[in-house]
Amino acid sequence: MKLSAQTKVLALLFSAGLFAGCSTTGENMDEEGYGSDVAAIDQDGGSTVYGGSDQDGISSSSMTEEERMEAQQQAEQEALRDITTFYFDFDTSEIKPEARDVLMAHARYLSNNPGQNVRLEGHGDERGSKEYNLALGERRANAVQRFLIVNGASRGQMETVSYGEEKPAVMGSSESAWAQNRRVELVFE
Amino acid sequence: MIHEISFRPLKAMFAALVLMLVVVTSAQAELLIRVTEGADSAIPVSVVPFAENGSMPAGDKVSSIVQADLAMSGEFRPLPPEKMLSLPSKRSDVYFRDWRLLGQRYVLVGELTRNGDRVQARYELFDVNREERILGETAAAPASNMRSLAHHISDKVYESITGVPGAFSTKLAYVTLDRASGEPRYRLQVSDIDGKRARIRLESKEPILSPAWSPDGKKLAYVSFETGKPVIFVHEIGSGERSKVADFPGLNSAPAWSADGQSLLMTLSKDGNAEIYQMNLQSRKTTKLTNHWAIDTEAAWDSSGDGIFFTSDRSGGPQIYYMAKPGAEPRRITFGSRYNARPRPDASGNYVYYVHQRDRAFTIARTNLKNDEETVLTRTGSDESPSVSPNGRMLIYATKQSGESVLTVISADGGAAYSLPASEGDVRDPAWGPIVR
Repeated sequence: MKLSAQTKVLALLFSAGLFAGCSTTGENMDEEGYGSDVAAIDQDGGSTVYGGSDQDGISSSSMTEEERMEAQQQAEQEALRDITTFYFDFDTSEIKPEARDVLMAHARYLSNNPGQNVRLEGHGDERGSKEYNLALGERRANAVQRFLIVNGASRGQMETVSYGEEKPAVMGSSESAWAQNRRVELVFE
Repeated sequence: MIHEISFRPLKAMFAALVLMLVVVTSAQAELLIRVTEGADSAIPVSVVPFAENGSMPAGDKVSSIVQADLAMSGEFRPLPPEKMLSLPSKRSDVYFRDWRLLGQRYVLVGELTRNGDRVQARYELFDVNREERILGETAAAPASNMRSLAHHISDKVYESITGVPGAFSTKLAYVTLDRASGEPRYRLQVSDIDGKRARIRLESKEPILSPAWSPDGKKLAYVSFETGKPVIFVHEIGSGERSKVADFPGLNSAPAWSADGQSLLMTLSKDGNAEIYQMNLQSRKTTKLTNHWAIDTEAAWDSSGDGIFFTSDRSGGPQIYYMAKPGAEPRRITFGSRYNARPRPDASGNYVYYVHQRDRAFTIARTNLKNDEETVLTRTGSDESPSVSPNGRMLIYATKQSGESVLTVISADGGAAYSLPASEGDVRDPAWGPIVR
């Protein structure tokens, strides 16, 4: 993944705006729920996202450059989707905050492309017991699956499999190797 | 008394699997045994090289195998033959005073006689202090099966001295991973417990794990990823016939046999998350034994066959739990650290062994079920997959040695250690087979 620092900042700003948008359009989140609301915002384009922002300066300037922003966001989304591996802390299946934007981009893509399927492969590091790691890998894959569903993907597009500690991405017994092995990989088919 | 072990060619295999899998029955690279540590309390014993009448098959001498077996148990310290003052083969030639001077507690002598296709062993074990014979027996085996004859003698000697049946005639199942050829080759192998006579039973490009012996020692249940996801198979070792017993959506893992061989405990996630089920192998009907949002896995029956040990992270991290009977309210067993998993109770019902995190190291520990006392048994650091010998006296587990997984045998109290490094690739997931009578 080769995102420049600038792009990452933009991505973070974008997601901050998106969350702000969600919070102020809470009245729309009735029976459709959180996930479909986010999808609706996306269909409306960037303007809705920034409409209710309480970050005053940002919303006024972005409104004036709506088209440019929209194109930029499209590029952002595609760039984000280059990231297909998501990492976890030891013995947890919590999605890290920095993974959320990327996963949301994948969710939107899956939502917009109902024919696209994805395989979620859960993994653990070599430490601890094999069978527990197998179950932990599944729980990680399930956590990613739930996140994608909540954000607009449908269950039918996804299958999960856990390899536990059997298929490390990196060989070795260092903190760095372990960190790279505790992961969920999205494999688009 | 000696079981002949034959390897018949394969029969019925699933046609669909033939593409992906090769089941091989030829001899394979064997594990090498290396002594790394001895117990201070080990009993001095002399295994005198057996006298030979007639031509003996090539290969390791019977007495050398017996000597290695006893050393491997960690409970004995055999005297190297070159330090012996004499090499008697019968009682009249045993000078107890000499053996006392050498500090020996027991002396085993014997002779082998070639009898056509068979070899007969006559052997006697003496208590040096009491100057008494405590064991005398003859046993015979085909000349092609000297290792089985030797392991049988080891079992008898071990039992005469300790009062506990020996486990040297039992088998070991394990998985090797060979990355040398570029694409990974996982091989499920069965060998003697000293790593010799290894035979490949299944080979696959995808992971194989958690082999578990049926109580009669004739079948292995295991998890294979050959279809792209974890699926439980039951494999008849003699014929090579196998059947897929659990292929539900999600996890199909951690098989463990009931004492009657009629059912398997297993971890399935077909209903949402990892829970423990019992499957009747005839009807293939499953009964759910745990019901919790947490991970429940790695079940094993206790020695009585009534209760079940398992791993659950319902308290936040993995810990060992015990259900007094299937479906009963689980009781937490381990409290000593934040990570305890993969319980393996011994046959006596006194101990449960498991993977235990201490500081940053993953070790093997055991808890005394009578007083809840926990003892850390290993110091290696990335240890997993403990498997207790059927007599409860030895433990095998997997650990890392210069980046590769190796198997280590220790005495069950942690006193002695032996490594069984594979001669190629790494080796993991050991399962100690039952004593077959």
